[in-house]
Amino acid sequence: MTTTKSTRRRGAAATAPAESAATPAASTAPAPSPADRRALHRELLYSMLLQRRFEERTAEMYAIGRIGGFCHLYIGQEAVSTGIISQLRPDDYIITTYRDHGQALARGMAPNALMAELFGRIDGCVRGKGGSMHLFDKALGFLGGHGIVGGHIPIAAGVGFAIKYRGGDQVIVCFMGEAAVNNGAFHEALNMAGLWKLPCLFVIENNRYGMGTAVERASAINDIYKRGASYDMPREMVDGQDVFAVRDAAGRAIARARTESMPTLLEIRTYRFMGHSMSDAVSGTYRTKEELESYLKRDPIALLKSRMEEDGDLTEADWTTMDDEIKAIVQGSIDFAENSPEPPIEALFEDVLVDTTSD
Amino acid sequence: MPVITYREALNQALREEMQRDDRVFLMGEEVAVYQGAYKVSKGLLQEFGEQRVVDTPITELGFAGVGVGAAMVGLRPVIEFMTWNFALLAIDQVVNAAAKMLYMTGGQFNMPMVFRGPNGAALQLAAQHSQAWESWLAHIPGLKVVVPGTPYDAKGLLKAAIRDDNPVCFLEGEMLYNTKGEVPDEEYVIPIGKADLKREGDHVTLITHGKMVLVALQAADQLAKDGIRCDVLDLRTVRPMDVDAIAESVRKTNRAVVVEEGWELCGVGAQVVDYVQRTCFDHLDAPVLRVHQADVPMPYAKNLEKAAKPDVPKTIAAVRQVLYLDR
Ligand SMILES: Cc1ncc(C[n+]2csc(CCOP(=O)(O)OP(=O)(O)O)c2C)c(N)n1
Ligand SMILES: [Mg+2]
Repeated sequence: MTTTKSTRRRGAAATAPAESAATPAASTAPAPSPADRRALHRELLYSMLLQRRFEERTAEMYAIGRIGGFCHLYIGQEAVSTGIISQLRPDDYIITTYRDHGQALARGMAPNALMAELFGRIDGCVRGKGGSMHLFDKALGFLGGHGIVGGHIPIAAGVGFAIKYRGGDQVIVCFMGEAAVNNGAFHEALNMAGLWKLPCLFVIENNRYGMGTAVERASAINDIYKRGASYDMPREMVDGQDVFAVRDAAGRAIARARTESMPTLLEIRTYRFMGHSMSDAVSGTYRTKEELESYLKRDPIALLKSRMEEDGDLTEADWTTMDDEIKAIVQGSIDFAENSPEPPIEALFEDVLVDTTSD
Repeated sequence: MPVITYREALNQALREEMQRDDRVFLMGEEVAVYQGAYKVSKGLLQEFGEQRVVDTPITELGFAGVGVGAAMVGLRPVIEFMTWNFALLAIDQVVNAAAKMLYMTGGQFNMPMVFRGPNGAALQLAAQHSQAWESWLAHIPGLKVVVPGTPYDAKGLLKAAIRDDNPVCFLEGEMLYNTKGEVPDEEYVIPIGKADLKREGDHVTLITHGKMVLVALQAADQLAKDGIRCDVLDLRTVRPMDVDAIAESVRKTNRAVVVEEGWELCGVGAQVVDYVQRTCFDHLDAPVLRVHQADVPMPYAKNLEKAAKPDVPKTIAAVRQVLYLDR
């Protein structure tokens, strides 16, 4: 791509790191002080636990009919959203799929606005127009919330194009499921991102299944990160239950995007603990109870918690305090949503088009 | 007569046609191991094996094209879209390949294939998952577009679609799958392109198709309590459209309301109104009215969604208006 406005990265060597299937042991950054480490780890734990508790209550609210439509829970994958998003700057961008509650919360969307959206109320983040699958927040650079598998991946490339066009050093992170990589839009977008060196981080959340289809039944190669080779794109496979591994990989990829405008493909191996959506059984037709149970043993929140306990950064009392605080926030979001009015009927015809021009 | 669901009726049609002709195969997302996203293909993998009941990646453009290729060389694919919303990704194969192949090849390659799946809105699925595409598809010469509203029609028409040597778009409905109706044990095939008079009356004609057949019938039931008798004409197929049946009914009742799920502009109803004004001009006692979705993407909020959708009260209001009972 030739852009006249690019003020950065000029002449930056395209240092594509070697493909790596394992997460390198440690980042090269200097070790933080114990106090900083403790604060950071508590933030990560808080972010993940908020997602977990929020969605546990979401499932309840769905069961009693407060929430309708398709609703896809993120439970089990929280280390991915938190690990990646904790490395972003406020002016960076995020785009994702219909499985979007976790990333929205990790990005700082107010639980009240999120729950009200799930309830279809006027105080929801998109005024009740979108529901679970279509969370957006312009102020947070949160570009949705997209329902068509693969459809948002070229949009991410477009955001990357605009960042480069404007000469900025922001980054766009595009989350997707592993099943999306078989869709044409994935290849088209990654090819352009690779060709034009767009500052995109493509995050594949490989939770093993696209609905009821296991990855090996849908993809000609099972190590999905290797697909990055087709677009000459740095690529890594990462343990998605380990928030530190995710954070480290994200840090490397984001730095590459910011300073060299180099896109990266991360395959993050994780697992969804719930069914595909609220209408899908947790296990049964396509995965066994035994398989599910073996993955439940690597709950990302439990792993972080025990790591913090080992480091002496978290006592049982700390945990209870944090958990109680979060539960109260989530309850508050439910109360808020219950009290938020339905959108007025006039809203039906609002926001189809704007009536402005650039004149 | 046995009473079965719309879902079971489709399942029977697929099973019978696959038994009858081993060139027929079913391909799509989750059709095999998962037994269908909406369980339409339940048991077919077990009966016919994985060569003929094929799970695909999420690759709509790809597997629609696989269907076209297989049809070019003699197979008879049934391509399932998990919903027609996702068929937008495949529309190039449907429109640019399947629909034009016969014409473009001077009659050498016909396309004996079916594209099928649920169409239209369900409940609170929001803008990207709540769209009725029949008017788009009906616009395309070279396609047939079938939109059954009852289990009986679903079975007979799917069998006809699979036997047809042309590409047929077959639009089902998520909200229809659980509806029940009588379906005979004996084999039957319903010809594509024939409307069905679902209810007889002489005051007004309700012209409809697909999921809206149930809405029109309910409206007709309620109107009957006020002594208003409706012809309910189910088009069943929107391309080709049974214009003779439309004209016959409207010449009898002199008034018509068209009820459809999709948007107003260039909708199926617009075409019906065109036929009616050309063929029944001297018979009309009132302008033909239309009931359709509000001209907006589908909102998520329950109250807004309800306001956006065509329904029984809106249909009744339109009928009363063409009868000049209300203004
Ligand atoms: C183009 C398209 N086809 C089909 C669907 C239906 N669908 C929704 S989610 C999904 C599975 C996606 O799996 P994956 O990409 O692995 O993401 P995950 O749900 O596991 O997060 C399918 C088939 C869709 N939304 N869009
Ligand atoms: Mg997946």
